[in-house]
Amino acid sequence: MSFMELIKRAKENQDFSILSENIPYMKALGINVHQYGGLLITTLKANPQLAGNPWIPALHGGNIGGLLEMAAIVQLAHDQESDDLPKTINITVEYLRTGFIKDLHAKALVTKRGRRVANVQVQCWQDDPDKPVASMHGHFLMS
Amino acid sequence: MTDKALMERLVHFRSQPENQSPFAVYIGLKILDIDKGEATVSVPYAEHLAGNSLTGILHGGIITTTLDAVCGLSVIAALGEPTTIATLDLRIDYLKPATPKEDVFAYGHCYKVTRNVCFVRGIAYQSDKSKPIANATATFMITAKGTGKEVQKNAQPEPDQGDKKP
Repeated sequence: MSFMELIKRAKENQDFSILSENIPYMKALGINVHQYGGLLITTLKANPQLAGNPWIPALHGGNIGGLLEMAAIVQLAHDQESDDLPKTINITVEYLRTGFIKDLHAKALVTKRGRRVANVQVQCWQDDPDKPVASMHGHFLMS
Repeated sequence: MTDKALMERLVHFRSQPENQSPFAVYIGLKILDIDKGEATVSVPYAEHLAGNSLTGILHGGIITTTLDAVCGLSVIAALGEPTTIATLDLRIDYLKPATPKEDVFAYGHCYKVTRNVCFVRGIAYQSDKSKPIANATATFMITAKGTGKEVQKNAQPEPDQGDKKP
């Protein structure tokens, strides 16, 4: 099943576990999507294998970036009616705090959705949403 | 120690499983070459890290991880001693989708070192280095200097500047 079909199915059933069951990267890393009211939260489950620095230990920056990009794409795909899969043009990640081996939650905000390009901002946090671990902004090709 | 011997020692140090990041071991990241301020790594293709099981194209997150790793490695290579560093920011331009079933290579070049901050450029490519699949620009903060694991072990995350009440 294509990504857009999975999203459509998830919206119909109000259950996004179908994504992590069918997308290898999400399954391998332990990324899940949950819906709270109208809000989509993408979560990376705590797992020592995802560490970059084994001595602190801290999450690998690439996994934080991967989660943020995933959150943006899921949000864009969720909001749209068309079947075109949003394609990442670029992302810029700012690392603000150490990401410890704890659940990491991400929330995406679509700042502008154009006909061809969408601008998205994503923040992620562990215990306190007011203390973000990293923030990202990215451009996505919509058609 | 000559540069060459130092680099060989660095490659040896970073290639030991206990000195590698757990996630780098998990995705099979290998250091191919380290030179002064430069590093090249490889990641084998893995079906279970694809972003889409229909196409088998690797997820962007794996490209991000590989570029973050190679850029960080090039900073360590530029400093010439085991150092703890932290990524300040990382920008990735996805130039074209990765070809399924092909390994990914990444090259990082730390072109400027200052007292606290290092500046890096990097690319990810597959069979042809002149046709990169992604381009990266990153800055790194030097958090602690010294050699060996002791520094790493003692390294504490920096206190949050913003949390202090004036």
